[in-house]
Amino acid sequence: MSNDKILEVRNLSKVYGKGCSKCFESTGPKHDTNICPHCGSVVAAHDISFDLYRGEILGIMGESGSGKSTSIKNLFFDEMPTSGQATFFDQGKQYDLFKLNAQQKRHLRNHHFGMVYQNPVLGLNFNVSAGGNIAERLLMNNITHYSDIRDRAIELLRRTEVLTERMDELPKNFSGGMQQRVQIAKALATNPPLLFLDEVTTGLDLSVQAAILDLIMEIQHESNTAMIAVTHDLGVIRLLADRTIMMKYGRIVETGLTDQILEDPQDAYTQRLVASAL
Amino acid sequence: MFIKPILEVENFSKTFMLHEQGKELPSSHNVFLKAYAGRLTAIIGPTGAGKSTVLKGIYRTYLPTSGRMMFTMENGQQIDLATADEHQILALRQNEIGFVTQFLHTLPRQPTENVVAMPLIKKGMERRLAIEKARETLAKLNLPERLWGISPATFSGGEKQRVNLARGLLARPNLLLLDEPTASLDPKTTDRVVELIDNLKQSGTAVIAIFHDLNLVERLADKVVELEPPIGTEQFFNDTRKVL
Repeated sequence: MSNDKILEVRNLSKVYGKGCSKCFESTGPKHDTNICPHCGSVVAAHDISFDLYRGEILGIMGESGSGKSTSIKNLFFDEMPTSGQATFFDQGKQYDLFKLNAQQKRHLRNHHFGMVYQNPVLGLNFNVSAGGNIAERLLMNNITHYSDIRDRAIELLRRTEVLTERMDELPKNFSGGMQQRVQIAKALATNPPLLFLDEVTTGLDLSVQAAILDLIMEIQHESNTAMIAVTHDLGVIRLLADRTIMMKYGRIVETGLTDQILEDPQDAYTQRLVASAL
Repeated sequence: MFIKPILEVENFSKTFMLHEQGKELPSSHNVFLKAYAGRLTAIIGPTGAGKSTVLKGIYRTYLPTSGRMMFTMENGQQIDLATADEHQILALRQNEIGFVTQFLHTLPRQPTENVVAMPLIKKGMERRLAIEKARETLAKLNLPERLWGISPATFSGGEKQRVNLARGLLARPNLLLLDEPTASLDPKTTDRVVELIDNLKQSGTAVIAIFHDLNLVERLADKVVELEPPIGTEQFFNDTRKVL
């Protein structure tokens, strides 16, 4: 794991609104707000910097509105940052993420990244079958032979414990947990070295949550996939993440080894959050 | 002959800053200890002396407030665990430093034998072989075979402790931290644990262990470090003891 960096994020900021020169100095945990009092812009994330290593799971933790999802949506090109840099390293190449053109971005999204959204509607095409969803991603990777696609889809659905008898059904017929598993299968179709997980277990039954977490851990062991897991659930962080970033009002308030964040939090906010966990 | 310690803790202190209460809570202070390959260093002392805190500081579950913890890695290089980068700590945890705590956190649904075999699998051992070794160790620790295939989530304290021990001992780290490894075990199983720790020492592992049972200290320890509660602890625990 050492010295094998896959992602380097430096000073990432995202402001919604026109922004002004006082936005950053008047928002954040110190001011108890992420809305700029001078111009009304929302500072969703500011000065986000971290490194991610191959095969590592990094947790991003924080309450609603802390900027955790914003951070990964910028990295997955769902949004464009206001400022900052991010570099992705793969197979001897490096990509300056925020300087790429649309086609290069699409290429990274389709081939090298995977994203699993909290809401399966964002990650799945509900107009085509479960198998079709996976095929879409494979087609983008120039796997065009029908039987190859079908075999790979079956393999992925088996791995994510979706009944392959149902692969030709539309995702809307599936339960929430199963939709989530199809989404994971789709994200994994191209064996991406980097996977973004946005609240993947939120809103699911406890037993289904456990199964999804199990699956994610297994994937990490087998494929050495690096992951960024965004969640507000301390239990998920404890089970999944090696290191954790704690966010509040768009800023990183603390970062450390997960067990250290949970057992010896340094920041006042983290201490309060950990102490109030059930 | 002069033997170099694998770990040298110098002047380790840990004080918790509780923001909500606006208080500082001293836990360990001015701790000096050394661990040597093939030897066991026992930490003893009353409750509240900061024994577990020292182990958690070495493992970096706690961030030390001050002090140095020089660890000699497999490649011969020295690293200060107090200030080492998080990725270095993660790599050391995977390959060189093990910790058997009094608690067991595991993934749901994982059978016990998988939990025990996991460190070996992570190190790259073939799955079947790792499971086989896990079973051997579980058998040595008297954990009934019918429990191997189910998750330890519902186990009793003593059973969980044996799972924890099996996992920690099997990984054969260069430095093993043990926090009261036999606290909830019967005398017969305790004997087995003593035997396994002895074997581990013979294979070259350095062990730092917290014991309450002085009889165990006598049987296993090559060195003893006694800790006292730090000054200022009494007021927080409403200790009525007379302080001279």
